[in-house]
Amino acid sequence: MTDETAPGAEAPLPPGMRAPDFTLPATPDQRLSLSEMRGHPVILAFYPADWSPVCGDEVGLLNAVLPEFHRFGAQLVGISTDGVWCHAAFAADRKLHFPLLADFEPKGEVALRYGVYRAAEGVADRALFVIDAEGVIRWSYVSPLGINPGADGVLEALEQLSPKTHAEGAPA
Amino acid sequence: MTHGIPPIAADDHVAGPADAPVTLVEYGDYQCPYCGEAYPVLKAVQEEMGSRLRFVFRNFPLVDMHVHARRAAELAEAAADAGVFWQAHDMLFENQDALDDRSLATYGDRLGLDRAALVSAFAGRYDDKIERDFVGGVRGGVNGTPSLFINGQRYEGPRDVESLVAALSEAAAGRVPHPVP
Repeated sequence: MTDETAPGAEAPLPPGMRAPDFTLPATPDQRLSLSEMRGHPVILAFYPADWSPVCGDEVGLLNAVLPEFHRFGAQLVGISTDGVWCHAAFAADRKLHFPLLADFEPKGEVALRYGVYRAAEGVADRALFVIDAEGVIRWSYVSPLGINPGADGVLEALEQLSPKTHAEGAPA
Repeated sequence: MTHGIPPIAADDHVAGPADAPVTLVEYGDYQCPYCGEAYPVLKAVQEEMGSRLRFVFRNFPLVDMHVHARRAAELAEAAADAGVFWQAHDMLFENQDALDDRSLATYGDRLGLDRAALVSAFAGRYDDKIERDFVGGVRGGVNGTPSLFINGQRYEGPRDVESLVAALSEAAAGRVPHPVP
């Protein structure tokens, strides 16, 4: 229904900025902080909602590309305003191998801090951030809500963080 | 922002002449229902385009979403080694609702593959190739299946015979052919 809409009015935090730390529930009894992942590149994948068809495609794709992300030592986390039980059911259904964080209470607070909250709809934009091992945003991208952004931009950003580690896997 | 998909290589599965004026590359998953829907459409497109079209199929299995996708791709690669890739490709798409191991073994028999070849395929013999297809696709902007590329450009238009034939004909008439390596 909001498929064709442009990204939210807020601009996403740009490259060069320190990524704001946050702590969000990853499961009903575990919380995950961005600062805990320091030392590795981190990919934050904000998305509007569990279960919606495009999100399903996007998280399914990111899930499939996970081994490539791991080659760069990068950790992937998904973030939406859905609650932990919804995330748990969605992750089990889609066999996801990366955590989904619940930006649920206060609703959308982390998305808002990253400039990717759509207040009118109460959901996050479809936004990707690549954060380096020191916690600095190195790449960000917001795609239209209905468009699966793919993973090429993320891989390119990771490659630029560590040109050496990927040298042998780069296409000729 | 994308690298573009890798050029057509010797180990690609190609139907149609190497010097065809237009090349259509599909990134597909044998268990993906949308690829299944596209299958008869692409067949009809190939028929209409005739020798003007070179069609290439590359693997893009989403293995957590589609439990049989990897093995189906492995079977097709084993079939390619035996010179019957397209027969396998067609058989898999025509039997998309039965891709469990037992069915795959039956298709292997029907294709004349020996059991040892299938066992070795299922043990990962072709996984490097499948992975290369997949990663090349991801780097080229493939974000789901089927993803179609006309002379290396992503095709985002409607997936019906008429629209595809129109887009391919335009590319065939107006554009330099995709370089043949």
